[in-house]
Amino acid sequence: MKLKILIILFFLNFSVCYSGNALVESQIHKNLRCLVCQGQSVADSNSEFAQTLKIVVSDLIDQGKSEDEIYSFLSEKYGDWILYKPKFNYENLFLWAFPYLVLVIGGLILVYLIKKRRNNA
Amino acid sequence: MQNIIKIITIFVFIFILGIFYVSLNRSSNYDTENLVGNKLSEIKLKSFYKDKFYVNKDFENNKYTLINFWASWCAPCRIEHQYLMELSNQKNIKILGVNFKDKKTNALKFLEDLGNPYDYLAKDSQGKQSVSFGIYGIPESILIDNKLIILKKVIGPLNSQDLEEINKIIKNL
Repeated sequence: MKLKILIILFFLNFSVCYSGNALVESQIHKNLRCLVCQGQSVADSNSEFAQTLKIVVSDLIDQGKSEDEIYSFLSEKYGDWILYKPKFNYENLFLWAFPYLVLVIGGLILVYLIKKRRNNA
Repeated sequence: MQNIIKIITIFVFIFILGIFYVSLNRSSNYDTENLVGNKLSEIKLKSFYKDKFYVNKDFENNKYTLINFWASWCAPCRIEHQYLMELSNQKNIKILGVNFKDKKTNALKFLEDLGNPYDYLAKDSQGKQSVSFGIYGIPESILIDNKLIILKKVIGPLNSQDLEEINKIIKNL
């Protein structure tokens, strides 16, 4: 009985690990731009380039590389253009901060207008 | 406060116009120009003929090396081949050909018909190694110096102008 449970646990663990890797892999494919396609990610494309990248990503995951390490490797080879999600760095700071800036300024204007309307009423 | 809101609105309007202006004037074609000046981190390519690998130190004694990715099934590779043959006559440059996702017999036939300009011939059967070189289609060529620094990258077939530019670099003109 114990042996049966051990065998089941072994395969269960294996399938969980496998599905975990597959999930990360698919997430990475979705964030990679297919450079030879029109607006398609590597996940969506079946081009030669996308197929090669899928093999490389799979190999890198098998080697134990993290998602960020894989993105760094690929952006070193192809530039940041290959990533759909821009990196959070000095060059892209404005890109990341602008929506929050608009939100804060918009909020302040809204608060001002509401206060003004209340005072007038 | 109303003046501030007006100023902010005008600023946002000008900013959006600026974004449109810059984006619409920017070329939407991807290129790897920004990789020029970078060092090739690691070269590990399987030899086409022998059971050995070409690694960094194989190219560190060459003044210049042109790494050319090609395949027999690639029509533009046939077009650029004459320029590679011309370049192979130059003394201070060696050419490394990387046969990309190709059949050995077809590749050999290609070289037999058009000539073999390569000092080193490697193969990348699955195309995995090409990613380490930032390759996304073939033909592509990368000119490196003895420190493995990328001096020039040509996407697509080499032409007479590319050949002229490569000659200028290798002759230090």
